[in-house]
This record gives sequence, structure tokens and C-alpha cells, in this order.
Amino acid sequence: MYKIIEKKVLNKDVDLMVVEAPLVARNAEPGHFVILRVDKDGERIPLTIAGIKGNKVDIIYQKMGYSTQLLGKKEAGDTIEDFVGPLGQKAHIRDKKHVIGVAGGVGSAPMLPQLKAYKEKGVKVSLILGARSKEYLILKDEYEAICDNIYLATDDGSEGTKGLVTDVLEPLLKEDDSIDHVIAIGPVIMMKFVTLMAKKYNRSIDVSLNPIMIDGTGMCGNCRVSIGGKTFFGCIDGPDFPGEEVDFDELMSRQSYYKDEEHSCYLRLKQ
Amino acid sequence: MKNIKPRLKVQEQDPQARRNNFLEVALGYSLEEARQEALRCIDCKNPRCVQACPVRVKIPEFIKLLLEDALDEAFETIYDDNILPSICGRVCPQESQCEGACILGIKSEPVNIGALERFVGDYGMEKNLAEKPIEANNGIKVAVVGSGPAGLANAASLRKKGYDVTIFEALHDYGGVLKYGIPDFRLPKDIVTQEINNLEKLGVKFVKNAVIGKSITIDQLFEEGYQSIFLGSGAGLPSGLGIPGENLSGVYYANEFLTRVNLMKARAVPDSFTPMKLGDNIAVVGGGNVAMDAARTAKRLGAKNVFILYRRDRNSLPARLDEIHHAEEEGIEFRLLENPVELTGEDRIVKTVKVEEMKLGEPDSSGRRRPLPTGKYKTYPIDNIIISIGQKPNPILKENTMGLETQPWGGIITDDYQMTSIPGVFAGGDVVTGAATVILAMGAGKDAAHHMHEYLQNK
Ligand SMILES: Cc1cc2nc3c(=O)[nH]c(=O)nc-3n(C[C@H](O)[C@H](O)[C@H](O)COP(=O)(O)OP(=O)(O)OC[C@H]3O[C@@H](n4cnc5c(N)ncnc54)[C@H](O)[C@@H]3O)c2cc1C
Ligand SMILES: Cc1cc2nc3c(=O)[nH]c(=O)nc-3n(C[C@H](O)[C@H](O)[C@H](O)COP(=O)(O)OP(=O)(O)OC[C@H]3O[C@@H](n4cnc5c(N)ncnc54)[C@H](O)[C@@H]3O)c2cc1C
Ligand code: SF4
Ligand code: SF4
Ligand code: FES
Repeated sequence: MYKIIEKKVLNKDVDLMVVEAPLVARNAEPGHFVILRVDKDGERIPLTIAGIKGNKVDIIYQKMGYSTQLLGKKEAGDTIEDFVGPLGQKAHIRDKKHVIGVAGGVGSAPMLPQLKAYKEKGVKVSLILGARSKEYLILKDEYEAICDNIYLATDDGSEGTKGLVTDVLEPLLKEDDSIDHVIAIGPVIMMKFVTLMAKKYNRSIDVSLNPIMIDGTGMCGNCRVSIGGKTFFGCIDGPDFPGEEVDFDELMSRQSYYKDEEHSCYLRLKQ
Repeated sequence: MKNIKPRLKVQEQDPQARRNNFLEVALGYSLEEARQEALRCIDCKNPRCVQACPVRVKIPEFIKLLLEDALDEAFETIYDDNILPSICGRVCPQESQCEGACILGIKSEPVNIGALERFVGDYGMEKNLAEKPIEANNGIKVAVVGSGPAGLANAASLRKKGYDVTIFEALHDYGGVLKYGIPDFRLPKDIVTQEINNLEKLGVKFVKNAVIGKSITIDQLFEEGYQSIFLGSGAGLPSGLGIPGENLSGVYYANEFLTRVNLMKARAVPDSFTPMKLGDNIAVVGGGNVAMDAARTAKRLGAKNVFILYRRDRNSLPARLDEIHHAEEEGIEFRLLENPVELTGEDRIVKTVKVEEMKLGEPDSSGRRRPLPTGKYKTYPIDNIIISIGQKPNPILKENTMGLETQPWGGIITDDYQMTSIPGVFAGGDVVTGAATVILAMGAGKDAAHHMHEYLQNK
């Protein structure tokens, strides 16, 4: 059992939780994730480690469906049944001069430790934060502390540029030659288009993939992704991969294979 | 040899009924039946069966005790060599081990050693005979990585020698393949759970959700005062076919399929929240126990047509004989000498499997006749395909442990004393041999405990 030390509501759909988990915190690095089960009948769901303090780990989750909704019902003082990590390869912190992060929605959570790591290396760091509307732009304050530039984009124009993150990214890549690397984390469709744009403007790009996972230890193969025409396991080889080589369409298909079943789980929660 | 009675058949659940449930198929002997079968053993002077058992269970001895109604002693006799008799009696490939060597097999049928071992094992379990009092703790800490049969056997042996033993398991439940792989209709999970409870009562400590190499490294275990470490992390990483279309949706590796159903209880939807999606027409690739388990599980989940694709012939099927028979009785079709070469889909969901017909050539290194391509192809419509063609060790320990030497395919290299390239770190089971059997893993765990004991005494 893993104790929830603190819970913060970031917006209507997204919470931050601080969980006591010494075995996860001990060796965790940016890019690592955990797999948790909310209760003893729960499914195993992966969440990125958004921060580490002592023996405590931050997670930030969007209440998408059954398991994340169930997690959202827990409060500080409650416990989570299982919480294992750190899993995956740590993020590739490359030798770059100016990195621009492109985070969509809750993707801003896994982005944070990566940009922090670049900042600590003395790399110039910019960020484009995109969301449906103003209240979904999360972690702005945390980013203020580390980013040289922050650009905002919302679908409805309630804050920042009205439009997509790619609308903001294109002129930057066109005009600012100092930007030599892009990181995109968010919905797969967003990562796909950011990758296309990075390719167009000849910048390297890393993305963080979120295939469906079960064990997270390389045992089931559910998480496999095609990278440069070869099969990799998202949980042990990833989740970060060079965007140029990712088969995003395959990932989207594999992610949605269980859509109907997930929906029926979700309906039960609503009853 | 005197006239030998035929081998007494074990009662089984009716094939029609069991297609729809996950209850155990083989019902086991009653005491009367066990006695009757035990009478067939001629108590050989030099029992060949014992030589053929990887852990040398004293077979004629326990059978004799069974006949003398000394069931407690019969149990102790088996338990001395095999701490998981209820499990091994059910899942050992007896026909290629103990029973395969039984002298009666030459003229008649071998003694049903598996069923007798299961009977005595279950008796012992019911009477809690395996529940041993906690040995005094000598304060020397040892760590065991993985809670499959190798790790469990290693931990039990070391605990009985007095060591302070902790098992670290990556998953949220203990037992390794016994829990996530082998289905209930062959090995009811409460048996595994009870064996694990027995170890807990023996004083073995269990830590779940601990991925060694990630959560704690080998170096950190040493820093924390563990004096020796056993790696029993198994061979969990599934192998792929390497054919086009393998990553289409609806293509499962057997481990995903079985894990969803067994560990995550997907069959109990709506009581479980990990779903399992399965259509009517299911192809299963492979001919081993894993393939049989996947095929029979698919049938039980309601698939209408389940067929096995295997590139060799019937005699080469590596699965236990019982499982092949049971699969056939349950309506699983065997399409032999057929090798999948391509999967195609619509909207990225798998729809067909194309196979090449094979013929048999000269024997290969495994002694079986090599399957050769014929250039003739067939295509079957499918809703899902389950790939069960083998597993290798996952790379987590290797990648995160400096100086741990492995084979090119990932197996951990050990010396004659089961020590790895790192002093004090031992290994055994599937992680060393590649995917093998429960009893071999158990034996390796137990033997390693002796080597670790010697190492620790001479340290
Ligand atoms: C490495 C990794 C890191 C992630 N980090 C975060 C994070 O920091 N914050 C966050 O909000 N989300 C993160 N996700 C996504 C998160 O795991 C899913 O949103 C969550 O599992 C949804 O479960 P649900 O039951 O609430 O929703 P469901 O209704 O079950 O599913 C909603 C969607 O989530 C995806 N999903 C469902 N089950 C799984 C599963 N077992 N594994 C992976 N994806 C699944 C599916 O694509 C599905 O369409 C991460 C995913 C991965 C693989
Ligand atoms: C579906 C299926 C059916 C089978 N049927 C039979 C049968 O009928 N008869 C038979 O004899 N054999 C059968 N086998 C083979 C048999 O189950 C294995 O040979 C045996 O379980 C190997 O035991 P092990 O202890 O080496 O590894 P495993 O049972 O694989 O256990 C390894 C454990 O280590 C854990 N682990 C891995 N890495 C780490 C880490 N880094 N840190 C912590 N923990 C870790 C894993 O989660 C797992 O729990 C079958 C296998 C499968 C998959
Ligand atoms: S452990 Fe397996 S091989 Fe040995 S006697 Fe028992 S069933 Fe036979
Ligand atoms: S070989 Fe057969 S008959 Fe002989 S002791 Fe073993 S089980 Fe009995
Ligand atoms: S999640 Fe099972 S292998 Fe990656």
C-alpha cells in the first residue's frame, strides 16, 4: 500500500498527487514512469513520474476513463494498492543548445522533468504549452521558473494564440535558427504533426509514446511500437523515441483497439 | 514381468462442459484410485523413473508409503526433494521425465506418477504438512529476485538453512508463470497461493512491486547488507515472428493474452477492469504448452473456431501429451506443417493470416526433422492471432547491472556452481536455460541454495 501524502486539483480533469514510494523515488530519473493499480481489482496503468522529493513521487493524471477517475476519487491520507517503478529508459538528454518543448494537455506533466534536466545542463529551454482552453493549461508556474520563453496556445483562444501548438511552432522553427531540438509530448496526433513539422524544418525530435501497457517489464508485448520499421517495447525500450522514426498511425490504431471495452468500464463507474 | 493391469485413467471434467469454464480439467485420483494405481509400481531395485526426474523424487519409496497408508510420510518423502508436489504433479511433462523412463512403459503403460504425486501433494496441502515452523534466523541476509518456481525453491532452501531471506518480485502478485501464465483449468491459482503462504509461514519475506535493476540495483542490495543474491527472473520476454503485419491490432503475444486473463482476471469482466477482446476465429501460432494454454483459454472465452498453426508435424509438438489430447477434445484444430508468413488487416485490425505449407527434411540440431518451405500458400480469415513461439529473458537486469555477463540471446551465464560473473550473485531457472519447465527451474533454485550456502560459509 502506498500512501497519498498530498493531492492538488490542477483543473477539472487533472490532479497532482504526491505518493510515498521509496522504492520508486530512489533511482527515478526524468522520463521514467510508474505503473499503479488503484485497488486490488484494478487494472495496471502507467503514469509518468512528474517529480521526486525524498521518498515521495509526484504523478499528474488526467481523468480519462475508469482507472484515472477512480484514482481521482482518492484523497490525501488514502492509499493506492500497487505502485511500481521507476520503469522505462530515462529521457535522452542530448547535447543541444536550445531545446523547445511542445506539450499538449496533460503532456506538460511528463515534459517538466525533461526540460528541467536540460535547464540544469545549461541548455536554453523554450516551451509551447497547448490545451483546449485556459483552465487546461497546467504547470505554468513551474515552467516559468525554468523556461527562457513560454508560448501558449488554446483551441478556443481563451489564452495565448488561438489555434494548435503547430501554429505557434512553425514560425519559431522558421525564424529562430538557435533552436536545434524539439521534444513533443501529448496526444499521439499532436506528436505526429509536430514531428512532421520538425522534419520539414530539419530539427531533431524526441517524442514520448504512450502505448497500452500491462506489466511494464517487457513481459506482455502489448506495448510494442514500430520505430524505423523495427519492433520495440514501449515499456523497456521507451517510452521516449526519436520522433522521425515512429509509426504514429500504428500507435493510434493499437491504442484505440480497446476503446469499446474501456467505454463500458467507464459507464459502470457512472452508474 | 507379471501381468500388468492397465493404467488407471484419471477422472476428467466432460469436454463439452469444460469448454465453458475455467475449472480444473483433470480431477485427480481418489484415495482408492491412488492405491489401485500405486499397486502397479513394481518397486524397481534401480528405479529408472527416479533417474529421469530432474530433482530425483524418491518415487518407489513414496508409492510404497502410500500403499502402507502412511500418507504423511509419503508426503515428507516427496517434499524432501520437491517443495511443490501439487504443482509438479499437475504440470510436469511426465512423459518425457519420470513416466517416460518407467519400466512398465516398455510393455504396457507407465505408472501414473504425476497423478500419484498430485494426490499426495494435495493431501499434504489439505493437512498443512508443508507448513513448517519458522527456523531460527542466523541474521545473514540473502535476496532472491523473482518469485517463480526457481525463486520460491531457492528461498525455501535458504530459509531452512537459517538465512534471512527476502524475495523481490516485479509484479503485484507472486508465483511468476505459475500465476500469470498457466491457466486455472490446469493449475488452480489457490494452490499456488497456498504454496506461497507456506513460505511466508516459514519466515520468508516477500516484497512486491520491486523491479530489481530499476527500483533497487544489485549493487544497492549489497550495500543494504544482502550477502548473496539469487537471480530467478525467468524468461518473460516474448519472441515475435518477424513477419509483416505483426503489429496490427488484434495480434497478441501469448503472454499478453494469458496475463490479461490470468493475472488481471480479464475473464471475470464485468468484475474485472482489464478487458480482453477476442473474436470468433482465432489462430494460435506454436506447438508448446504456451500455445495449448492460449488456444484452450480462447475457446473458454467463447471463440468459435480456434486453430493451432505449427510448422512441424504432430510428433514434434513440444507440449505435454495431456494438453494436446485435452485441446483436441475441446475442439481445437491442429493445422500442422503450416508456417505463418504474413498478416493482413483492414483499418489496421488483423483480418487474415497467410501460411506456407511445409514438408519435413533431415533432422536438425534438436533431433526433430527440419520443416522446409514448399512454396505453396493458404490464407485463413481470422479475428485474432496469438503468437506463442518462445520467450527469452528480459533485458532489465543485464542493462542495469555492470559486469553481469549474458549469452547473445540474453540468458545469464553461470559457472559450475551457478555463480554469475559477479561474485556472490547466483542464477537459475529460465533466466539461465531459456524457457524450460517448472521442475527444472525449481531444481535449479534448490541447487543454487546449496552453492550459496557454501559460498557464504567460506566467505
Ligand atoms: C509511459 C506512459 C506514461 C504516461 N504518463 C501519463 C501521465 O503522466 N499522465 C496521464 O494523465 N496519463 C499518462 N499516460 C496515459 C495513461 O496511462 C492513460 O490515460 C490511462 O491508462 C487511462 O486509463 P483509464 O482507465 O482512466 O482510461 P481508459 O478509458 O481505460 O482509456 C483511455 C485511453 O487511455 C489509454 N489507456 C488505457 N489503458 C491503458 C494502459 N493500461 N496503458 C496505457 N494506456 C492506456 C488508451 O489509449 C485509451 O484510449 C501515460 C501512458 C504511458 C504509456
Ligand atoms: C503459458 C505457460 C505454460 C507453461 N506450462 C508449463 C507446464 O505445463 N509444465 C512445465 O513444467 N512448465 C511450463 N511452463 C514453463 C514454466 O512455467 C517455466 O519454465 C517456469 O515458470 C520458470 O520458472 P522461473 O522461476 O525460472 O521463472 P518465472 O516463472 O518466469 O518467474 C520469474 C519471476 O521473476 C519476476 N521478475 C522478472 N524480472 C524481475 C526483476 N528484474 N526484478 C524482480 N522480479 C523480476 C517475474 O515477474 C516473475 O514473477 C509454461 C510456461 C508458460 C508461459
Ligand atoms: S517432480 Fe515431475 S518429473 Fe519428478 S517425479 Fe514428480 S512429476 Fe515426475
Ligand atoms: S520405474 Fe515405474 S515401476 Fe519402477 S519404480 Fe519407477 S514407477 Fe515403479
Ligand atoms: S507493458 Fe508489457 S511488455 Fe511492455
